[in-house]
Amino acid sequence: MSLRNVPLRVSIPLLVLLVWVGVVLLVPVLPLDPESINLQRILQGPQWTGWLGYDDLGRSVLDRVVEGGQTSLIVALLVVGITALTGTFIGLVSGYVGGVVDLLIMRIVDVFLAFPGILLAIALAAVLGPGIDNVVFALSVVGWVGYARLARAQVLSLKSRDHVAAAVALGVGRIPLMLRHLLPLMMAPLIVEATFGFASVVIAEAGLSFLGLGVQPPEASWGSMIRDGARYLLMAPHLVIAPGIALMLVVLCVNLLGDSLRDALDVRATPSRNE
Amino acid sequence: MSFLLSRLLSALVVMFGVATLVFLLIHLVPGDPVEVMLGESARPADRELLRHSLGLDQPVQVQLVQFYQNLLRGDLGQSLHSQRPIADMIGERIGSTAILAGAALLCAILIAVPLGMLAAVKKDTWADYGAMGFSLLGVSIPNFWLGPMLILVFALHLGWVPVSGSDSWTALILPAVTLGTSMAAILSRMVRSSMLEVMGEDHIRTARAKGLSTGRILLHHALRNAMLPVLTILGLQLGVLLGGAVITETIFAWPGIGSLLVDSIMRRDYPVVQGCVLLIALIYVTVNTLTDILYAQVDPRVTLK
Repeated sequence: MSLRNVPLRVSIPLLVLLVWVGVVLLVPVLPLDPESINLQRILQGPQWTGWLGYDDLGRSVLDRVVEGGQTSLIVALLVVGITALTGTFIGLVSGYVGGVVDLLIMRIVDVFLAFPGILLAIALAAVLGPGIDNVVFALSVVGWVGYARLARAQVLSLKSRDHVAAAVALGVGRIPLMLRHLLPLMMAPLIVEATFGFASVVIAEAGLSFLGLGVQPPEASWGSMIRDGARYLLMAPHLVIAPGIALMLVVLCVNLLGDSLRDALDVRATPSRNE
Repeated sequence: MSFLLSRLLSALVVMFGVATLVFLLIHLVPGDPVEVMLGESARPADRELLRHSLGLDQPVQVQLVQFYQNLLRGDLGQSLHSQRPIADMIGERIGSTAILAGAALLCAILIAVPLGMLAAVKKDTWADYGAMGFSLLGVSIPNFWLGPMLILVFALHLGWVPVSGSDSWTALILPAVTLGTSMAAILSRMVRSSMLEVMGEDHIRTARAKGLSTGRILLHHALRNAMLPVLTILGLQLGVLLGGAVITETIFAWPGIGSLLVDSIMRRDYPVVQGCVLLIALIYVTVNTLTDILYAQVDPRVTLK
């Protein structure tokens, strides 16, 4: 497929996300100064020297949005990586082994699902204390459940297929069978789940930071920028608008790509659990 | 009947697990939880007092049994901050959260049902694209950004509603919209797909052949059947609503369980944090179980296993 045939609803979100990733990769060489305080510029609006204006300490909002984007990307990649791998593995084992193991794992999954939205992540982050590592931990502890359920359901429907019986008859061991004969066929729905999962992790990280449970000052996160900016809503609305638009744009684009992926890979709609 | 029993039994098992997980929370506090809660400057005698009153000086299994026993008596312990029974504190605030959740639910249904129906009837037209565009936007805007934006426009600039608080019914509008929007977005998609499915069925064609008006067909013949799958999602979404209420209440200083939870986190009043989390999760499990049972009652096609 040539580049010209890519529909707009795929190419535009892809472009936005590439810009996001590109900017984050360029952070080390960009002339950013997200933590330098300039009292002369407190709460100044967008202008030529600072496109997105300055915050309550006179720090550049643009530089802080970029830094927040970095936080967001790192957390989302880590959490999605950790949860997708562990969740898939647990679901795979649960579905394939079955019996008591399956029953036990599914009961644990049910308990985790009993906490609505990011409530459990809030509770975990609250007791562990603020910090980016604790955010990654909290969101990972909460996030594996969806993948586990999905992987298990896939295994249950794939287990009785002929090629699995053939592999068993040929003496293929349990682990190679799961990895080589089951896992490849389960990838499509898992990829779609991971895409939507990515969007909800971005929102969840910002949500925890909004509550003061994420990155600690002076480091920036889109969520903490929205929280700090909300105090100056009338005087300097750009403090809230800028990080919010960045956040919404990223989430919107990931969701759009997720929709397209789901259609392209022909995966049945799964109810998402993002808030 | 056996369906009912097995459903209730599994709900009880889940609740037991939820309580255990919430109990374990305080043991996840890095270092000494008593020191974290009281601060480094606390006197040793006060520390020992708190350690004893929380039961932290006893073996974990003894603590756990004590925790279950207290829970069954409805005793959630005492707040470190106000020294009051946590059950009382939650009791005072649960009404506010219920009002907010109810208003958000109403708001979501009022937006989602007409929007989803419109999108289904005008499938593949601009109305459909617009409605689904709204839906996509709705799930992509986090409530902690939507809230401040709504405050900026409707409270600060237009002055139609108060910025925060709960003194008048107008103060409920912005929190309800903030909390209800993402649910409206998800629901409208459900209503659309459910309507599309129902509209293709034979009884709708019969109704058309009888010469009934489109409006009558939509309301009496299609919507009723289309609402069933929507009902299940509603149950699940009510839980998401409770989770979202934590952030929404914080934005609008709404005096519910959510803001109590966040305030207690800031004060490191962990027993109150545990109580709030436990209660919200238990409500969620109860609602889900009731939805399941109700669904089986309403739709005779659902096989009771």
